[in-house]
Amino acid sequence: MSHKVVIPIGPYHPLQEEPEFFRLYVEGEKVVDINMVIGYMHRGIEKLSESKHFDQVAFLVERICGICSTSHPFAYVNAVEDLARIEVPGRALYIRTIIAELERLHSHLLWLGLAGHFIGYNTVWMWAWRYREPVLDMFEMITGNRQHYAMMKIGGVRRDIEEQHIPALKKTLDELVRAVDMFKGAVMDDPVIHARLKGIGILSRQQAIDWAVVGPTARASGVNIDVRKDDPYGAYDKIDWSVIVEREGDIFAKTKVRILEMYESISIIRQCIDKMPGGQIDANVKDIPPGEGIGRVEAPRGECYHYVRSDGTNRPIRHKVRAPSYMNVASNKVAAVGGTISDATITLAAVDPCYCCTERVTVIDKSTDHKILNGWDLIKLSQEKTENLKKSLKV
Amino acid sequence: MNLKLKALTKSLWVFHAACSPCNNCDIEILDVLTPRYDVERFGIVLVGSIRHADVLLVTGVPNYKTKERLKKIYSQAPQPCLVVAVGGCACGRVMFKDSYNSPCAVDEIVPVSAYIPGCPPKPEAIIAGVVKLIKKVRG
Repeated sequence: MSHKVVIPIGPYHPLQEEPEFFRLYVEGEKVVDINMVIGYMHRGIEKLSESKHFDQVAFLVERICGICSTSHPFAYVNAVEDLARIEVPGRALYIRTIIAELERLHSHLLWLGLAGHFIGYNTVWMWAWRYREPVLDMFEMITGNRQHYAMMKIGGVRRDIEEQHIPALKKTLDELVRAVDMFKGAVMDDPVIHARLKGIGILSRQQAIDWAVVGPTARASGVNIDVRKDDPYGAYDKIDWSVIVEREGDIFAKTKVRILEMYESISIIRQCIDKMPGGQIDANVKDIPPGEGIGRVEAPRGECYHYVRSDGTNRPIRHKVRAPSYMNVASNKVAAVGGTISDATITLAAVDPCYCCTERVTVIDKSTDHKILNGWDLIKLSQEKTENLKKSLKV
Repeated sequence: MNLKLKALTKSLWVFHAACSPCNNCDIEILDVLTPRYDVERFGIVLVGSIRHADVLLVTGVPNYKTKERLKKIYSQAPQPCLVVAVGGCACGRVMFKDSYNSPCAVDEIVPVSAYIPGCPPKPEAIIAGVVKLIKKVRG
């Protein structure tokens, strides 16, 4: 069509994880099609993994993603332990669970902040990131680093959670509950957020199944999947918690799922602290026998899957990784199409992918070649919509 | 001292180019802007276009796809433009130097003025790096 305008979004931007490149095809305000190009993040990790020995790979896969930097090594060690039939000490399982849940907390807070930024609530951004800092402090206290915790090790964990860490951890969790309460109130009661997020970017239950989405994106569409329940790993089967499922499938439901999941995470960590047994934290694995294994982990964004094959040497001969966003970003094809450009920013961000890419973006009207907006304008467009809504709702 | 450079150090406007990083450095850079560290107090802000920027912040190991784009971004920058490499990857490619998709380091593509190593560097380290850079530019 001659009047179809192409809006390229990406590939760079400072806000999200993976540089990805979206092409939005629009007619007027309406998004009629969307195309995605990925590969800007490709660093050949699967191949590099074949050149490292089993212990080193854990550090390598940690650097697949800075936000899921426990999920990938966790899935990898699960795969190797499945391969070599390693019995992991109970204490290590609990420590792994605590770290994984702390990661979910920081990741969901991070997403909440970014989502707030996209719809013009910079205060939400700043507050969410302010309350994310104590979680990072906990990581620093337990693991020695704010990001890239390097806790996962084949057969156990690298560092113990010591007795003196526990009071600070508990105190942080108590403070976090109050912060999450505040966010919950802010999101659930705000008429502008309702108007902005309800009924936008809907992914129906059937579409969610057809596009094989995972994690909070699927759970917001009424699909009850969670690896932590379906195929328990770590200490999740010894702990009482529930999977949060919403039915609507719109962005509001996705936000709600993430906020309510934070409560579950806090509860899981508290139970882990109470139930954690003493003893060894490492099974002292020496050799990896030939064979193959899979490891699955519920990362903050969904199921993270690792496959490892060994031929009996000290290196994997094949290592396959499937990250959750790979499934989720494709669902934008149905979620964003039919919406408006100003909703596209938040819709694409709602699966918590690795989008944003809105920096260094240009909007070019191909038919006339004179209308040029940059990516910043896309966020502006989204923020203006919220302003107008606020005015019309008189808040 | 060059008047342009002197004016530059008053309030640095930063454009951030992520060249296939793992996002950790990117998150820490954003962290520097959020309430605990809040460098916006000093006029340091992220801008949406390189044409508005005084500093180009590079993270990650450039791959074949991002290498050309980094070169292009730098060529569009108004001069003088300072380049800061944040994180181990941008400083020296670390564990990705043997990768088939890592043609060269950042400093082989654009001239780097400051290196901030770490995986990822802590927000304090990023701030310290920027302070050193400003001191050096002022002479």
